[in-house]
Amino acid sequence: MSNSGFQVSMAESLKAGTRQTVQAPFGLALAELAGKHEDVVGLTADLGKYTDILPFAKAFPDRYFNVGMAEQNLIAISAGLAKIGKVPFATTYGVFATRRAYEFIAVLCAHGHLNVKVFGALPGLTTSYGCSHQAIEDTGLMRLIPGLTVIDPCDATEIGQVVHTSYQIAGPVYVRLQRGNVIKALPEGYEFRHGKAQIVRQGSQIGIISTGLMTAHALDAAAALEKQGVSVAVLHAPCIKPFDAKAVVEFARSVERLATLENHVVAGGLATLVAEVLFEAGVSQKLVRMGLPDEYIECGSPGYLMDKYGISSARIEQKLSSMMKN
Amino acid sequence: MLTNQSPPPPASFELLRERAHQLRRNMLVQARGKGQGYVGQALGTAEFLSALYFNEMRYDAARMDDPDRDRFLMSTGHYALSLWAVFAEIGLISRDVLPLYGKDAGPIDMTTFDAVLGVEITGGSLGQGLGQAVGMALGHKMDKRTCRIFIETSDGELQEGSTWEAAMSASAFRLDNLVALIDCNGIQADGAIVIDMEPIAAKWQAFGWDVAEINGNDLEQVVNALVGARTRNGRPKAIVMRTKPGKGIPTLEAREKSHFIRVEAAEWEMLEQELERNYV
Ligand SMILES: Cc1ncc(C[n+]2csc(CCOP(=O)(O)OP(=O)(O)O)c2C)c(N)n1
Repeated sequence: MSNSGFQVSMAESLKAGTRQTVQAPFGLALAELAGKHEDVVGLTADLGKYTDILPFAKAFPDRYFNVGMAEQNLIAISAGLAKIGKVPFATTYGVFATRRAYEFIAVLCAHGHLNVKVFGALPGLTTSYGCSHQAIEDTGLMRLIPGLTVIDPCDATEIGQVVHTSYQIAGPVYVRLQRGNVIKALPEGYEFRHGKAQIVRQGSQIGIISTGLMTAHALDAAAALEKQGVSVAVLHAPCIKPFDAKAVVEFARSVERLATLENHVVAGGLATLVAEVLFEAGVSQKLVRMGLPDEYIECGSPGYLMDKYGISSARIEQKLSSMMKN
Repeated sequence: MLTNQSPPPPASFELLRERAHQLRRNMLVQARGKGQGYVGQALGTAEFLSALYFNEMRYDAARMDDPDRDRFLMSTGHYALSLWAVFAEIGLISRDVLPLYGKDAGPIDMTTFDAVLGVEITGGSLGQGLGQAVGMALGHKMDKRTCRIFIETSDGELQEGSTWEAAMSASAFRLDNLVALIDCNGIQADGAIVIDMEPIAAKWQAFGWDVAEINGNDLEQVVNALVGARTRNGRPKAIVMRTKPGKGIPTLEAREKSHFIRVEAAEWEMLEQELERNYV
């Protein structure tokens, strides 16, 4: 695998179907970053292959450490490295980073304001393996930690940009990581801007505020609704913390109906953030929250589960249609 | 060390070997239905599951809620197909559902949930089994029940700190009603073990456990080690089992050490035949 340029193939996994994908965008970007900065170190807890860090490991074997299946130690070692001036990028699944190593991230990294970058794979319903692997409440957990930056990138391009940006951000960062063949979904020319939400589709009748992979589904659903004569705008909010309150308030005021969409339980994450900032700004508006219910979800393929739980493009389209009837 | 002070095992080895073979068939049926899966790991578990469920453990499959039953906890939830292979033999599920392993909305999952009859603990997140086993063994001691707790744990799980916290407490609480079977198959998610855990047996010994180290695919050794583990001397028992991923199917045994064994669609039939040929 080369460090320059992405390896591009066609997506087959998503129903939307025809999007380009990039294999292991995280590892490719990390290898590129490490080529520029000698202080970058990559670590994993027995999930190197499954968190896409191998392109980096191959390019910089001396800066790659597999600590074994030991997520608390992964974060503690990263904290130690950061203390003496390294910039560790640590990977595991989101559930293990947040549920098992939470305190290590809070006390060591966040309170210590350490330069540890945690990339947690399998956000929301992107695994077949059931509740032990589905990070459905990680955004909520992590946004509560003072001083921690939390980012949920949408696509392959944005993941690459977030790798580079997170190096520039002083302090700890948690990123929800999509792995494997990751789609390209954001408009040509889109660039991640730290702390900013950006309108990725203009519209007036319905406004969707979405984050992570769900912005791709929002764009699909919006395109489908346009054919029915409904104008749908999409505000992509990858930065959960810091959150772009100003953009959200302006966006909410610019549309007739408002919805949020996230690959996460609807409590504690994006929807909650939006409600907080709107209320604080005195904007009173009905809000349709699309996301996962307050329950653990069974095993099943991502496509099947997203459809069942209402966050597939098709189900979102239905939901938006029904919003127009109210 | 574990000593064999108890009478010889009642069931014949031949019967247990047949059971282990049938378990392997059941595993292959599941993996084939799914098109892939943790079949490598599962095949390595057939001997100790046969020895536990068909010889050592005291339970009534029709009364899996009996508080006095011996319990088997599988700490590695991704070995679910091993458990379903057993459940099909003791009548907890029908053999007919095996091909539906891991299917959307299907009857048997790729991982384990304790809401399923016969499944003692929820798996999926590793390193959480042994502590629960300690809790159960401790509770049974409090209640003066004579039943025992058997738990499978893995070499990968030895890397989780929680495993050693549990090991420490088991000997401190003198839980001789607890038997840990450590499946050392030499692999973890990134391939061959990435952090050396040897000497494994000496580590458990240092934590205050009685230890036996055996070939986990040698049925006689497994049965005898379990008999030895019946000793009630105030110390928990650890059986360090060296097992082989893919055991019983030479093609899979020889395949690259991998978390997810790759099997081509056309290969399954051949693997099934190999399993039968290899069983003599
Ligand atoms: C706490 C935790 N961390 C990581 C994982 C991801 N994972 C699933 S299986 C596995 C390998 C573990 O090795 P081992 O338990 O020895 O299993 P085997 O190699 O025999 O499949 C890992 C890291 C997990 N399920 N739980």
